[in-house]
Amino acid sequence: MTERERRILPICLAAFIAAALLPLADDGYWLALGISVVMYTTLATSWALFSGPTHYISLATAAFFGVGMYTVGAWVGLLPFPVLVLIAGLLGAALAAVVGLATLRLSGVYFVIFTLGLAELARQVVSWVQTTMGTSSGLYVLTDITEPIIYWSLLALAAVIYLIGWRIGRSRLGFALRIIGNDEVVAVHCGIGTARAKVILFVVSGCLAAVIGAIMAPRFAYVTPTQAFSPMLSFQVVIMALLGGAHRLWGPLLGVIPFTIVLDLIAANFPNQTALLLGGAFLLIVYFIPNGVAGLIENGLRRGRSRA
Amino acid sequence: MQRRLFMSVAAVAVATGTIGMSQANAKDIVIGAVAPKTGPLAAGAAITHWPNIKLWVETVNARGGLKLKSGMAKIKLIEYDDRTNPGETIKAVQRLATQDKANFVLAPYSTGLNLAAAPIFARYGYPQITSTSITDKVGPLTKRYSGIFFTLGTTTGFAGAVADILKKLRDDGKIGKRIAMVNVADAFGIELANAARPIFKKAGFEIVYDKSYPLGTQDLSPVIKGAKAANPDAFVAWSYPPDTFGLTAQAKIQGLNVKAFYTAVATAFPVFGAKFGKAAEGILGAGGINPDTPEMKAYIAAHKKVTGKAPDYWASAVMYASLQVLEQAIEAVGSTDRKAVTDYIKNNTFDTVIGKMDLRTQNNDKFWTVGQWQNGVFYGVASTGRDGAKPIQLKPDW
Amino acid sequence: MDLIIVGLLLGGTYALMALGLQLQYGVARIMNLANGEVLVAGAFGAFWFYTGAKLSPFVTVLVVAPAAFVVNWAIYRYLLQPLVRRAKSRGHLEVDSILATFGLAFVFVGIMLAVFGGEYFSYSYLETAFVLLGERYALNRIAAFAASILLCGALAFWLNSTRAGLTLRAVAVNPASAGLVGINVPRVSAQAFAIGGAVTAAGGAMLSMFLTFDASIGVIFTLKALIIVILGGVGDIRGTIVAAFILGLAETAVATLLDPGLTLAAAYLLFIAILLFRPQGLFGRRPS
Repeated sequence: MTERERRILPICLAAFIAAALLPLADDGYWLALGISVVMYTTLATSWALFSGPTHYISLATAAFFGVGMYTVGAWVGLLPFPVLVLIAGLLGAALAAVVGLATLRLSGVYFVIFTLGLAELARQVVSWVQTTMGTSSGLYVLTDITEPIIYWSLLALAAVIYLIGWRIGRSRLGFALRIIGNDEVVAVHCGIGTARAKVILFVVSGCLAAVIGAIMAPRFAYVTPTQAFSPMLSFQVVIMALLGGAHRLWGPLLGVIPFTIVLDLIAANFPNQTALLLGGAFLLIVYFIPNGVAGLIENGLRRGRSRA
Repeated sequence: MQRRLFMSVAAVAVATGTIGMSQANAKDIVIGAVAPKTGPLAAGAAITHWPNIKLWVETVNARGGLKLKSGMAKIKLIEYDDRTNPGETIKAVQRLATQDKANFVLAPYSTGLNLAAAPIFARYGYPQITSTSITDKVGPLTKRYSGIFFTLGTTTGFAGAVADILKKLRDDGKIGKRIAMVNVADAFGIELANAARPIFKKAGFEIVYDKSYPLGTQDLSPVIKGAKAANPDAFVAWSYPPDTFGLTAQAKIQGLNVKAFYTAVATAFPVFGAKFGKAAEGILGAGGINPDTPEMKAYIAAHKKVTGKAPDYWASAVMYASLQVLEQAIEAVGSTDRKAVTDYIKNNTFDTVIGKMDLRTQNNDKFWTVGQWQNGVFYGVASTGRDGAKPIQLKPDW
Repeated sequence: MDLIIVGLLLGGTYALMALGLQLQYGVARIMNLANGEVLVAGAFGAFWFYTGAKLSPFVTVLVVAPAAFVVNWAIYRYLLQPLVRRAKSRGHLEVDSILATFGLAFVFVGIMLAVFGGEYFSYSYLETAFVLLGERYALNRIAAFAASILLCGALAFWLNSTRAGLTLRAVAVNPASAGLVGINVPRVSAQAFAIGGAVTAAGGAMLSMFLTFDASIGVIFTLKALIIVILGGVGDIRGTIVAAFILGLAETAVATLLDPGLTLAAAYLLFIAILLFRPQGLFGRRPS
């Protein structure tokens, strides 16, 4: 641990504990908002674990999220919930491994749309299987899991994700990934196993998204292919992460919080113009915060330091 | 410069935030509504859900408001768009309950969004009179949530009614026993197809074509061609709005001539009749109403006047009836005591635009199941206990 | 034979959805996520003229396409060009344009909701059978197919045989070098973006004859168009046309021979398989 990390650690711990106390303070609207924030933070941060350093933009989040959700939908009541979450994580990891190995040759926009196609394929296969073999069971996830439990599970997962991210950042793997992101050719020439590094990270990221999907399933209560594999989710995660700054571990968090608040202000005050204002807010962000909130803060700090 | 702009934007946002929280008149009754205005289900909600809320609020306020013991209370309506996202539905209901201090919240739109919000309705004791949920889990759900009510019907009810109609036609020697059945591979379509399969078989039918198609299929001609090649006597599609139009158009073009042609959701939409005109004659679909009762006539006229368009021939009226139930229960109790209102709904029957509504089992078991386009109107032809069903006509060739 | 005709008809539909995006992405380098909304706007235009004035969609196109051209030109000029100027690299521009056009898509949905309302829209035009080789086809689909072929032909001719088309292709291959040989890259890009928008809106007007649409449905068309453009390869409209027809034929074949429930699954599987063997798409150039 460096000197700086030692200084920051107590702040992080305090913030985490404060966040964990939220359900005790309010179990109504603010908790619902909190779940949104934590869900998108975990999704966006785990997305950025892979996409941040490598600059590969993945739109497959919905595929993993949906797989997690359907795992719970298919076996809820038959197996205990924690086991289902575990299975969801394994399935997500397995899917990510296959995809990761398959996509090694793709780059740039081809990778982006490939992952989009993958999510849609997963949705089609799942709904076809559900129609041809299934009964209506698997649609209903009626459990006694309450909102605070979902919130705490997600929060715990967030802590795990930050630990993983921090660990990777300090490891050889993280270093390798940063080189890949800067220049893949150079990375290969340095003798870095680019394929291995990319696949490992993609698996971690996919596994986490599936776990999040599994945790969220009881909250949705009624699992449909359209909801579970919503392409909107993939886009939103990418956008929040980019908005915050995907190059920093804490970047996505800085995207999720303002985004959720702005979204909520719009939703609360202009219910008939949500789409219009949402779009407008977006355009403003792109023009005025070009490097994400993290970039904004870094610039501010740098300026402050050079002045001092 | 950029920073100043950002600050002013933030200031505006904060300012509007505070405006939004302005308090309602103390004598008003605050009622919240959450449903999609954007997203995949927005179009359905724009036809069935929102216009009825508008009509209801205007009607009640025009007569001075709801009659409470403390005097007349005008309805102050707060609407939220959940963007067809269950997370947003939950958040919006929470916001209504804790920030806006809504006295009542109207049930959301669609099965999925209603189920996602059900725990929140239950926690704050809001009665949740759903009018766009069709499920076979009424029993477990009403046991779980004591304030939830179902008014639109059950999956088995809808599938069974279609089977009954076809059975009657077959027993009368008007059609054979070959059914072609297709369904959209999404929640409602899957549930109905799975419910219908055993029912059809038990009724002695042979399902000669049984396929699903994905939501958002651009060309349904292979489906219709496949069905036609199976040479069916009846065609049944558990379909959603866009594909109900697509299947019907293709059936007409391919000349799939069957004496009984059924498409599920959206057959009851006025735009269906407007689009197909004469070709719609004899088409069967989910829902139906009895448009000849004085209550229904008045409702249709008022709907046209206030919203500028006709209600659909199925869930619109049920939706309005669910609002009437809430209205009558609140007035009977005379206060905004949610528990008392819920109890009142559970212990009484109500006069609504679709006739008497009995929710004592938390479930309305008298609902229209099948309707048919006859002379430009979608009449109810089968129900589980509603009066005024028109006799079924055989579908003429296209 | 019947299968092939149905597949070709569907392929024509897909070509109408994707051609515009190919021009916008291939030449102007803008991954336009608002593409589907422009298509829906075109469909609304056709619906509005048909129900209001009984004008055929084929006449409406003459109004819709130029209108879309102007609007898209303005969007590129005032909204997107600042991003292009600001971008340090292609990747940076990609991220910015994804974010900006995602926002734009919402703005479009909002405007259409406000203007037309949120319900389903559908009308009947040329919805009769057209008998060909003993089989029946929807006349409106045949008409849309003819329009699509006409459009593809015209675009191909324009791109390959005129000077303006040549400059467009030069920009598609390499904007930096194109600038060096005296091509006004910003102007050509704006043109390409505007033409792409016009083509998409025209496609929407055609599609409105047989598709039911609503204000929020655009994203479905955007996804399909993205898949087709990438499958065909960026920067070559031949690829887009071929990819559209491959998908149309494959979907029809699976729906007819196997199971309609697997049509889209098969389409995505095909997309994924092809990309695995040709990572740059069917007609795309390998990145140098």
